[in-house]
Amino acid sequence: MGIYLPIAEISVNVFVLLAMGAAVGFLSGMFGVGGGFLITPLLIFYNIPPAIAVATGANQVIASSFSGALSHMKRGSLDFKLGGVLLTGGIVGSTGGIFVFAFLRRLGQLDLFISLSYVALLGTVGTIMLIESVSVLRATRSGAAPVLKKSGQHNWIHRLPLKMRFRASKLFVSIIPVLGLGASIGFLSSVTGVGGGFIMVPALIYLLKVPTNVVIGTSLFQIIFTSAFTTLVHATTNQTVDVMLAFLLMAGGVAGAQYGAKAGQKLRGEQLRALLALLVLAVAIRLAIDLFVTPPNLYSLSGAGLN
Amino acid sequence: MKGLGTLTIAIFLSLLAAVVPTGAQTPSVESIQIGLSTDNVSITAGFSGADLTIFGSLENPDPLVARQGRYDVIVVLEGPPKPVVVRRKDRVLGVWVNLDSETFENVPVSYSVATTRPLQDITDPNSYRQLSLGSSNLYMQPADAGDSPATIEEFTAALRERKTATGLYSENVGGVQFLSQNLFRATVRLAPNVPVGTHKARAFLFKSGLFIKESSAQLEIRKSGFEQSIFRAAHDYSFLYGVFAVSLAMITGWLGRLVFRKD
Repeated sequence: MGIYLPIAEISVNVFVLLAMGAAVGFLSGMFGVGGGFLITPLLIFYNIPPAIAVATGANQVIASSFSGALSHMKRGSLDFKLGGVLLTGGIVGSTGGIFVFAFLRRLGQLDLFISLSYVALLGTVGTIMLIESVSVLRATRSGAAPVLKKSGQHNWIHRLPLKMRFRASKLFVSIIPVLGLGASIGFLSSVTGVGGGFIMVPALIYLLKVPTNVVIGTSLFQIIFTSAFTTLVHATTNQTVDVMLAFLLMAGGVAGAQYGAKAGQKLRGEQLRALLALLVLAVAIRLAIDLFVTPPNLYSLSGAGLN
Repeated sequence: MKGLGTLTIAIFLSLLAAVVPTGAQTPSVESIQIGLSTDNVSITAGFSGADLTIFGSLENPDPLVARQGRYDVIVVLEGPPKPVVVRRKDRVLGVWVNLDSETFENVPVSYSVATTRPLQDITDPNSYRQLSLGSSNLYMQPADAGDSPATIEEFTAALRERKTATGLYSENVGGVQFLSQNLFRATVRLAPNVPVGTHKARAFLFKSGLFIKESSAQLEIRKSGFEQSIFRAAHDYSFLYGVFAVSLAMITGWLGRLVFRKD
């Protein structure tokens, strides 16, 4: 069944979009990530203009992170104060990202920039995760007890000034790295459409030493607002949010997420991470191939204005 | 909402004028008329391209010429003019990057042609150029006239090629058929990505290869109710639209949890 997307201005198949949303929802439920880093490349492979894929991807991320954050709020595994500081940085980064986005779009380099950032981002994160999870898998197989990271050990980050106490996270830390982390993820979110959970979670654990149980909830909490802000700004400055497209993806996504979460409970943590790493790398490789293979059309047309 | 295979646009025929000879002695000068009974076409949710039928009539045709089939009609449906940037990808360190570009002003977004016979059989290339008729004779005005003619020519050719490949520029040979001596029917293709806006339908009459007369009418193509409302909202009330998009996502996320929750 075809449906005409009012903003993307093309006809697409409803079931393809629902299935895409469900598949990504399944994976995001399984791995506990928002899924924005999968949705945007998938939309681009499906010929949705990258500018619209990015803005609509951000819109879709709100739905999955909102429902996730609600469960964490109920369990009390959400640090509002930490989330608030991250968010302040996030808004600044996101605003900057929007200007870069509009500027690159005028130059005609937006598509290239989006692909390059995805390849760099997913390639790095995927490789690190794969190495980490494979070494854990190997260690458990050989019977050795996994070496735990010593918590409480202080690194350079803890010597920075402007310290603040975060009670729910049992943390006393400078707000500079927190703001910086929030800002970089906000920037990424507005330029690439990702929520940034897959970067935020490891950064909070390894850099700021936030207890693992509050990390996911807090990260989801801040992603809701960063994505919401990104969606709003894209809607007002670029008019690239397609609600019809976003809604179809969300509808498939919320259903898929539940089955994914169930499937995820049957797998062990490091197996899950290895699988997610492979998936992330596969997306990165697919995008990288497109950059190097001779395109079927060397010429492309676009409107001279923003549209 | 109506189904979409064929959009038929009937006409006001000035048949009376053609059938009833008015002044017995007036020298017969042929002319052509097209008229649209509706001045707008809506694109609905299921739109995947359509054929648009336009009816028209010849006035004062010479019966002998008509019988010998020496009247030819070319109908053009031209989309609104817009500036276009053509970009060329080149390899930089192995990666394909948009490097050179050329901006053209007032390029018709779409250009569908229907003809009685192949274009080269109707009249000579010179006449087409004078009438700037046919996608290959459209003059594409570069915004920066200082660029070298070779570059401009290369990008103009690329622009036409991309427009044709995406179906926005199309040619339907045999798409104009005479139903009687006076009456003809033209079928022009609307691509699935046909742009919204004011389109201009023009009909050109040729007699034995000579251009005689032209007639035109306007047609508004727009998105139908729901799609149009979304599009307008996104552009006219973009902030409220953004708020709506965010709320929709939150409600969907909340409902999803309510329906499927397991904790």
